[in-house]
Formats: sequence, C-alpha cells, structure tokens
Amino acid sequence: MAKLILSMDGLVLKEIQLTKERTTIGRKPHNDIQIDNLAVSGEHAVLVTILADSFLEDLGSTNGTMVNGQPVKKHFMQNNDVIELGKYKLKYVADAAPAGAAKADFEKTMILRPGAMRPAPAPAAAPAAPAAAAPAGAPAAAPAAPKPSDTQINSAPVAMPAPPPAPAQKMGMLQILSGASAGRELELTKPLTTLGKPGVQVAVLTRRPQGYFVTHVEGANQPSVNGKSIGTAPHALKDHDLIELAGVKMEFFYKV
Amino acid sequence: MTIHLDSALEVSSHTDPGMVRSHNEDSIASDADKGLVVLADGMGGYNAGEVASGMATTVITTELQQMLEQHPPFLVDEQTGQTLAQKMLREQIAKANTSIYQAAQSQPQYAGMGTTLVVAMFHDNKVTVAHIGDSRLYRLRGEVFSQVTKDHSLLQEQIDSGLITPEQAKTSQNKNLVTRALGIDPAVEPEIHDYDTQVGDIYLLCSDGLCDMVSDEDIGMAVQTLGANLKLCCQQLVQMANDNGGRDNISVILIKVVRDYAAPRGFVSKFIGWFK
Repeated sequence: MAKLILSMDGLVLKEIQLTKERTTIGRKPHNDIQIDNLAVSGEHAVLVTILADSFLEDLGSTNGTMVNGQPVKKHFMQNNDVIELGKYKLKYVADAAPAGAAKADFEKTMILRPGAMRPAPAPAAAPAAPAAAAPAGAPAAAPAAPKPSDTQINSAPVAMPAPPPAPAQKMGMLQILSGASAGRELELTKPLTTLGKPGVQVAVLTRRPQGYFVTHVEGANQPSVNGKSIGTAPHALKDHDLIELAGVKMEFFYKV
Repeated sequence: MTIHLDSALEVSSHTDPGMVRSHNEDSIASDADKGLVVLADGMGGYNAGEVASGMATTVITTELQQMLEQHPPFLVDEQTGQTLAQKMLREQIAKANTSIYQAAQSQPQYAGMGTTLVVAMFHDNKVTVAHIGDSRLYRLRGEVFSQVTKDHSLLQEQIDSGLITPEQAKTSQNKNLVTRALGIDPAVEPEIHDYDTQVGDIYLLCSDGLCDMVSDEDIGMAVQTLGANLKLCCQQLVQMANDNGGRDNISVILIKVVRDYAAPRGFVSKFIGWFK
C-alpha cells in the first residue's frame, strides 16, 4: 500500500496510508489529511488511488499545489514525488514489497508454550556439546572453519535478511569559533553529542537518517541558530549554520 | 500511613506505535507519588493485545495504589520473610493474570491474548522489580548502564544454555518468542527481586520495540547524555527506535532518583517526614 509522509521543515509529522479510493487534503477538519494552516485551502487537493496507482488533483485551491517544485492541476504520482502545500511537504512512497507486511507480522511477540518447547531441546542439545567443545580444543581453528555441527546453529543468523545498508550519510562537523577551545573541530560520528556545561546550559546534537538536529536539554537559556533562539523543539541543521550556546559560537558544516 | 515519593523521584514516559504498526498494543502507567511504574506489551490478534496490556496496567496500578494507601511496602511479611512490596506485587500480578485469562476464555475475540509486564515499585531506598516476558528494566548508575531484568524468552534460554552467544543473539530471528506471559495460563510465576537504589540512579523500563531496534550501547548513551532532561530523553529513545525502522510499538518509562527516600521509621524521622 502506498503512503504519504507529511513533514514540515524536515520534521516528519505523520504517515498516512492510502487505504481509501479518495484521500482528501485540506484545512477543514472533514478532510482525510487535515493541514491546519492558512496557506492551505479548505478543500485543497485530492488523491485518487486505483490499485497501486495514485493521481493527485488540485481542487481549485487558492495557493495551488506543487509537485517536485512544479505547479500541477493533475498529476500521476511516482515513487518519492513530493507534494508541497505552503510550508508542508507530503512525500509519496509507493507500494513496498508485500513481503514487508508478512515479515512485520512474523515479528509480533508470541508466547512459546512450555509444552510445545519440549521436543526441541533434545536434538538441539546434541550439536551444542561439540560446538562448545570446539573453541576449547582448537581455539584458532574455530572461527576460521566452523564445524559442520555449529553451522546448523549459526545458520539462523545467516539466513536472517540483513538490515538494509545504511545509505551513505554525509558526515557532520562542528568547528568552535570562539571561547577557550576556538578553532577545534569535532567530527559528529556519534548518534548523540552533547554541547555546553552541565548545570548551566546543555544542548544535544543528534545524528538521524534525515540529517543532524540540535535540541535544548537543560539550562535557563536555549541555544540559538543563526542568531535565533530555537526554543525547546528539535531544530534541523543546515550546512554552515551558526550555533551559539553558553556564549560560545560554533559552526556546523558537512564534511566534503 | 501514606508515603509520598514525588519529591524523591522524577518520572517521565512516552509510548509510540512505531513506523509500521497501525495501533499501539503497549500500555504504560506511572504514579510518581506512590513510586509505582508499570509497562506492558500486549500480544494477540486484532485489538486483543492492547486489551490485555491495558487490563494489566489498570488492574495492577489501581489495586496497588489503594493498597499503598494502607500498607507501607517496606514492612517485612512475617510468614514469608519477604517485603510487603513483593507480596503485594505477587498478589496483584496474579489478579491481573486471572482477569486477562478469564476474559480470553469467555470472549472469543480475545482468545489467546496475553501481555508481557515489567513493574517497578520504589520504597525505602529500594526498588522492587517484577517482570514477565521480554519487557525490560535497565539501570544507569554512574557510568554503568546495565540490564537488570533477564528476559523470559527463547533467545535468553538459548544464551543461558550456551547454544548461542549474546553477539549471535543480536541477529537472531527468534527475538519475538517469549516463554512466559501474563494471561495465557491460569497461573503465572513472575520474577520478583529487590534492589538497593542510590541517589542519581536512572531506571529505564522499555518494551522490546526499543531494545530490538536500538543497541544497548546507544540506549545507554542516550540515557547518560540526556539524563538531565528525562522528557527529552524519552522522546529521543523513541525517535532512535523509529529511525532504525520502528517495526514494533515503542514504550519507555524513565525514573530518576533525585534524593534519598528512606522509610520514616522512628518518631523523629516520621515527624520530619511530614515536612518533606
């Protein structure tokens, strides 16, 4: 089933599955996707979904509908098309492989009854003994040439569909511009990097698949980006943004 | 005599359906004043999972809240030699188990429903932890982030018996098979232990939607770096799980021990206790 991902300023707000034949988008509450923003018309647009295909139609909205930066009246949606309504973006993600749904079902937590378990341990215990003995007897050989007996046990992890390789993400860097450690550069490799002085003012830089974000953690003052206070919500960082925190200026940029 | 722990404990929680599931089968409840937090991860077809987890948290929280009004949990039961907290937890978990089991037996749409459970009860500079299934409790003390509960799961049994290493377990397919759950059988044996707490400790209760998606190292790093702002930390943990795919419902409860909460026993400390 295709879906739409609603976002604003790079922040994902909602995911909407296109289950209906007509999915309406607009400011008024009766719409399937309500976007409460004055730039969006009461009845702005509609997505008509027939089997795996979706068509977008602008319903004569005041400010118009853009797809991938082009104004459209009617549009046949392609995978990863981005619909723009004012500041809001709706990304269209076409049908994922049906195997995905089956897999998700499989991952549901299930109870294993002790009765059902009983026959299993007996045959499993036999290969366990040589597997445990192998590293003790020949520690050097064990990792290089696993015995046939323990490949059986290892086969489960191997058969597991490998998680999709993370898309190559640009590495973020931080350069301190003022204060005692001015000139220092920091590679933002960790998922979380904290900045500031504990007890005074702390912010955290988070590394996420869609980029880097800075968020206020503690202290009376919030950090500012390009001279504007970011408040308490996560703020998406752009290349060469200037962060100011506890009187220290620093620049965020992507490594080339 | 009632106790008030809201000045000693800071509690924050967050629950999210994740990126794949359309509804949330997890259920959480917390009462900072009574020092009680409950997290349940339901399972079973259609909406039965959320019925089971909802029943578990509601029954356990409301019953324990009432009991705590009357009985201080740190007293020791003379017959068993256990703290009253352990006895209360055992009784209420049994009660929740019966309620869920009977509902599952009597109503066909609930057949086979059940739930995992982790409960933490703070009292007298201690925490009593009860759990069933694969919902977990972690503790951050100083620099050390460690898992306190041991899952009742096939995977854990495989690790314990030496069939697989914890490293191999990370990529195993059998993550979703639990060997104990609430509401599946007429009786259930929860695992209950007491632990001493220290000021500054942070406890994390979570459903498998978090620990299957995010490595323990990353969870520990998030709790350590964002421990000053528990609300943000909860959101960050859920976001990390969602960024990694969010294939299951994600629930987290964080509890920080802000100050000492020894039970007021003597006359003087009781007297001081009134002014805290």
